[in-house]
Amino acid sequence: MLEFKDVQTFYGSIQALKGISLTVEKGEIVTLIGANGAGKTTLLMTMSGITPASIGTITYKGEDITKMRTDMIVRKGIAHSPEGRRIFSKMTVFENLQMGAMTNDPARFDENLDYVFELFPRLKEREWQLGGTLSGGEQQMLAMGRSLMSNPEFLLLDEPSLGLAPLVIRDIFRAIKQINEEHGVTVLLVEQNANHALKLAHRGYVLVTGNIVLSGTGQELLTNPEVQAAYLEGGH
Amino acid sequence: MSDTITNLPPKPEFNLQAIAKEMAITFVVGLGLMIPMVLLRANDVNGKLVIERHWQELFFALVLLVVGRLGLILLDKHKALPALIIGVVMAIAGYSIHFPTELLEVFTLAAGVILIIRAVLFLWREYKGITANDRENAKKRREKLLENSTGYISAIVIIIAGLLPFLSDILQLLLPDFLGGDSSFIANMSGRYVVDTAILILTYVLLAWGLNIVVGYAGLLDLGFVAFYAVGSYSFAILARDFNLGFWTALPLAGAFSMLSGLVLGFPVLKLRGDYFAIVTLGFGEIVRLLLLNLYELTGGPDGINGIPRPGIGNIVFSKRAKEEGTQTFTEFFSTNFWEITYSSNHRVIFLYYIVFILCMLVAIFTIRIRQQPLGRAWEALRENEVAAASLGINRTNIKLAAFAISATWGGFAGAFFASRQGFISPESYTFIESAIILAIVVMGGMGNLMGIALAAAILIGLPELFRDLEEYRMATFGFGLVLIMIWRPTGLISFRDPTVLLFGKKKKKADEEKLAEGAGS
Ligand SMILES: Nc1ncnc2c1ncn2[C@@H]1O[C@H](COP(=O)(O)OP(=O)(O)OP(=O)(O)O)[C@@H](O)[C@H]1O
Ligand SMILES: [Mg+2]
Repeated sequence: MLEFKDVQTFYGSIQALKGISLTVEKGEIVTLIGANGAGKTTLLMTMSGITPASIGTITYKGEDITKMRTDMIVRKGIAHSPEGRRIFSKMTVFENLQMGAMTNDPARFDENLDYVFELFPRLKEREWQLGGTLSGGEQQMLAMGRSLMSNPEFLLLDEPSLGLAPLVIRDIFRAIKQINEEHGVTVLLVEQNANHALKLAHRGYVLVTGNIVLSGTGQELLTNPEVQAAYLEGGH
Repeated sequence: MSDTITNLPPKPEFNLQAIAKEMAITFVVGLGLMIPMVLLRANDVNGKLVIERHWQELFFALVLLVVGRLGLILLDKHKALPALIIGVVMAIAGYSIHFPTELLEVFTLAAGVILIIRAVLFLWREYKGITANDRENAKKRREKLLENSTGYISAIVIIIAGLLPFLSDILQLLLPDFLGGDSSFIANMSGRYVVDTAILILTYVLLAWGLNIVVGYAGLLDLGFVAFYAVGSYSFAILARDFNLGFWTALPLAGAFSMLSGLVLGFPVLKLRGDYFAIVTLGFGEIVRLLLLNLYELTGGPDGINGIPRPGIGNIVFSKRAKEEGTQTFTEFFSTNFWEITYSSNHRVIFLYYIVFILCMLVAIFTIRIRQQPLGRAWEALRENEVAAASLGINRTNIKLAAFAISATWGGFAGAFFASRQGFISPESYTFIESAIILAIVVMGGMGNLMGIALAAAILIGLPELFRDLEEYRMATFGFGLVLIMIWRPTGLISFRDPTVLLFGKKKKKADEEKLAEGAGS
């Protein structure tokens, strides 16, 4: 469904992605793990066209989207929930969700709203609260819900568990599983929380300073000694 | 209520040494500032600059400063009674003693009055047992009240503004004499001077509402807004001069030219953010002014453009005599169709007032509508978080360009109106200070709230007009207005944001909207 071929991305003269090749099949949850600064966020931003690749190609459903504008990419059914949640803090929860539906057919709004509220009932209770006054966990739910409002077939999630309490993390991961299984959304998940992510994901890639050094099924990576040493210490 | 007691701040400690130290600092800083500002002043004596030394003034100013500071320190230390005494002494001194300059007297009196008010308020609170907590809650309640009543406030302000030129007639008719119906205050309410000032204020309201779209909604700090104002004025003047277009044809065209200039200037700055954006727009403002100065053939350079036609309707003109074939004066028109009136230059002023008033209303309606559209929401999203907005598929380029174009159009309307009202324009009217004033109005009004911005314009433009007699201190009242607003409402006069529900989705029921109001306030 998605294919990266030798993708390279630069910030000025700094090269953040040094030739990434990966694939994601329809219906999969694929996770991307790696240390701070490895280039995970950059990879997602490159895919959604916010920091476009300089070299290489990204194909989505057989179509080259490497140089496509973000709004066009979103219209292709790819939604991106960026790192650090980045909700609109002065807008209400409801308005935030509306923002996610900007590129979508207005007729589908109500249906999507119900879907998001079913997934995250806590958002329903706080429909009129300002985004900035939500707790961290609620903000993450809102960020995910917001990206779901565009009816994506493909969801990019950047560190959804960042800074959350274990119980909330469990809710978030449960929601990811639900989105994937019940609604058939393909997920590319970036996580620091490698233990959780690898257990949930069908497959995973390990990113080190802009290169992919390892790949395999979630189970394989979980039991891989290198991965255990580098990313799973104390993660159990 | 037990928690309010535990929340009570500790009574500040009264330490003579610390007070003496602070007063000494006040003295030294005051002296340092006043030597160049009060003591040494250049004066023009028979064409020669002479430095005068105002020792007396310096002495009085320093005493005033130190004593005033002592009063404030005492208030801080919860010693309201001595502060009250100082305030009374200062007020009496300012009122009765003859100081070297009138300004010093006014300052002393004002400082005394402020001290008295604060001390009395403090004593009253102490007497009533009002704690800081209660005050905080009361403030929240007031804020809520303001929030819920802005609709009414707006309606009242619009009605008053709409009736302004006839307000004194109406009130004279309605109010019996013993209630002041015949007072000179009421008679002057719709005087020429008031309406003229109101026209000026509304011109700035128009400008500020234009800038608000870029600064308040899209969150881009534009320091060169005056460029669009200038483009509006000059394209209006040139269209009228070279193509003989009347007001009502030239006005929309001037708006269109401004919009075009907004797109042209907007395009290169799209990728810039924050400070860089501000600096480049500042540069654009200057470039436009320099172009006006140097494109002599087109703009008349420093001489400007003269004889810009005044607005009329159809073939009706608002001058004393109809100079052109086929036109008639308003006096003639009105006298033949309605009742007999005599010529008055006030008719033209009132007509101008209604033009700018209607322009303001149109801009307000359009702006409010567009804020509820996806475009308006996209601006706000961009302001709050550019990456998030981008990740949701908002096309940053188009959205920013749209903000620029619409904001420039409003500025262009204001410029065209200004040109037509003045009859003469020159580059001097389009300096950076104009951009700064407009920006100050937007920020002080509360970034994004149209009513707040209109009130800020009334205060910041109206105050200096009100104190016209102060001559060189007139602009100081502008600064005074700024400081007042900053102290009183640091986030702007009306700074809350109305959530816009009806973008799309379910038609929200009334109950939901009430919930929304609660949620937004928390
Ligand atoms: N806007 C930018 N300008 C310059 N360099 C950047 C920019 N954004 C990221 N980088 C650099 O690119 C590299 C990859 O950053 P990226 O944010 O993709 O890492 P990450 O894997 O997401 O890290 P983390 O786990 O901490 O979020 C880092 O070296 C970072 O410093
Ligand atoms: Mg990251």
